[in-house]
Amino acid sequence: MSTAPLRIDNTIEDPRTRAPLVLGDNTFATVTDKVCSIVERPKPPLAWYIAFGISCALTAVLVAMLGYLFLAGIGVWGVMVPVAWGFAIVNFVFWVGIGHAGTLISAILFLFRQKWRTGINRFAEAMTIFAVICAGLFPAIHTGRPWFDYWLFPYPNQMYVWPNFRSPLVWDVFAVSTYFTVSLLFWFTGMVPDLATLRDRATTRGRRIVYGILSLGWRGSARHWHRYERVYLLLAALATPLVLSVHSVVSFDFAVSQLPGWHSTIFPPYFVAGAIFSGFAMVLTLLIPVRKFFGLEELITTRHLDNMAKITLATGLMVAYSYFVEFFMAWYSGNPFERFALANRALGPYAWAFWIMFTCNVVVPQAFWFKKARTTPWLLLIVAVLVNVGMWFERFVIVVSTLSRDFLPSSWGYYKPTWVDLWTFAGSFGLFMTLFLLFLRFGPMIAVAEVKSVMPAAGLDRGPHRGHGQYWGEIPHQHDRQTEDAEP
Amino acid sequence: MSGHTATAGASPKPWGLLAEFESVEALLGALERVRNAGFQKFDAFAPFPIHGLDESMGIRMSRLPWLVAGGGATGAAAGLLLQWWTNAFDYPLIISSKPLFGLPAAIPITFELTVLFSAIGAFIGMLAANRLPQLYHPVFPSQRFRQRATTDSFYIAIETGDPKYHPHETRAFLEGLGARHVEELED
Repeated sequence: MSTAPLRIDNTIEDPRTRAPLVLGDNTFATVTDKVCSIVERPKPPLAWYIAFGISCALTAVLVAMLGYLFLAGIGVWGVMVPVAWGFAIVNFVFWVGIGHAGTLISAILFLFRQKWRTGINRFAEAMTIFAVICAGLFPAIHTGRPWFDYWLFPYPNQMYVWPNFRSPLVWDVFAVSTYFTVSLLFWFTGMVPDLATLRDRATTRGRRIVYGILSLGWRGSARHWHRYERVYLLLAALATPLVLSVHSVVSFDFAVSQLPGWHSTIFPPYFVAGAIFSGFAMVLTLLIPVRKFFGLEELITTRHLDNMAKITLATGLMVAYSYFVEFFMAWYSGNPFERFALANRALGPYAWAFWIMFTCNVVVPQAFWFKKARTTPWLLLIVAVLVNVGMWFERFVIVVSTLSRDFLPSSWGYYKPTWVDLWTFAGSFGLFMTLFLLFLRFGPMIAVAEVKSVMPAAGLDRGPHRGHGQYWGEIPHQHDRQTEDAEP
Repeated sequence: MSGHTATAGASPKPWGLLAEFESVEALLGALERVRNAGFQKFDAFAPFPIHGLDESMGIRMSRLPWLVAGGGATGAAAGLLLQWWTNAFDYPLIISSKPLFGLPAAIPITFELTVLFSAIGAFIGMLAANRLPQLYHPVFPSQRFRQRATTDSFYIAIETGDPKYHPHETRAFLEGLGARHVEELED
């Protein structure tokens, strides 16, 4: 049944009906089977081993680079005066931004009742967790003496001083650690029912014990589901303002300073839009190969890709708008330093980086105006990868172009990363991919219970219920069904 | 646990009856009738959340949101107090001639801690209210339950502790509701 051709085109917009989100002749059992069997194979396929080998090698490179950094000091990086924030901060903002799409998909789309999120939310949440792990690494190592990083936390100490809570850098510590914790809770809460499924299907004693403990003894009791759903909704409602706050706080690192090109009120919304833009690009980059490779086209349908491409386009336009507003405000402010900073950004020594950014983030995503580009996986993949590149360069441009030429021409400089910078960045991808591949191997990568709840057989077309309203329109291929309201 | 209660020779104490249903509709219809028949100690099991199930069963709205609100208030208070006490009271440090405590600058951390405490409250509160983790439950030994409860079957359990419970009549009642299979579970 997995080889059944995908006859239905579920990307057609017909306001009279809801598009099906699970294609093919799937039942609850086959959906469970498709997702769980990936985890239950005795051995992963060869391609997984190859990818895992490469990722582990890159992670080893990361560890080596960190060891070298800790032994030799920050001098092995390209940072200097005036560019004291180099790759570390660029990579931090890049990774933390990527995480945002996961929370958007899992929380914001949940609140907006976008049912298509069920096919991709687990996957995107996993991406969030791993991206935030990579993000957290960089500020920690760029402090120079990372073994004193715990000084950032307010704990009673023999030095009697406390962190300066008026500094955005301390806000960052709280924002990112809260973000990580809440994302982890949200991810784990969502996964408990699926871990229970894996426990019940386990054929070996080891799996039964591990999944048994992880699933906390979940048994699908209706009384449990009731509280579970309330809490899931609350976590979504909490994660929504949180995700907006995290990248806003990251942007305060820049906006609260006095430097031209950074000191701008558009930074928080601009950063949040950019974060979601880059995150969606990363979800697409990871999802398209995984979907193909594991044959999940019936669960992660073309419609899912189409929708993600639309959000990428929308957030891309917000980012483009922010670029233009930055230039406009620089001109309109009449401030010569502000005007110089922006002119220098587009025409100065880092113009090459600016134009890579502009092409990848503003020009390339316009392809998504065309349905063909939104529904052809390989085209989507190309655009998504380019957006990732562009968004990394955006952070590079913001950090480096402003710092390299400040108010005083005598202190200008040109920042170049060293090989240690480059390999540390590459190594962070290794860490990210290693974690991700382990998740694909051992965790349920699609939220099985949630996907089932949007299938026609779950009976969402039964009419409004307390607190839920009527959100499932008429389903075209449904037979007339007795509703439970007919019962006395 | 099942081993503890069973003394040598005596048969283990029954826990209740477990009825298996094929579809969401069958489950909802049956539940309404279980409830109307006056049973109190019963529960339903489903592989995914079913909308309207809580109403059919007469589950009252959870009070967990209050706990979460309490967590949030605690977080907000902790955030404000922490920043004021450390920076303005315990060791006042003037930095860039800024005020020792200014509400706008304290908002980000206060907000983050509000969310953090609420989320932890929600998570722990849900587990505590659901009595989880609970690695053993009388439904788990059932072969059918293990095979299908988290995949594609729906169940109703009526406990022996229910005042209206009767070993034979209740079984017949459940079978009459269209159950595919009814079995007795031991505690």
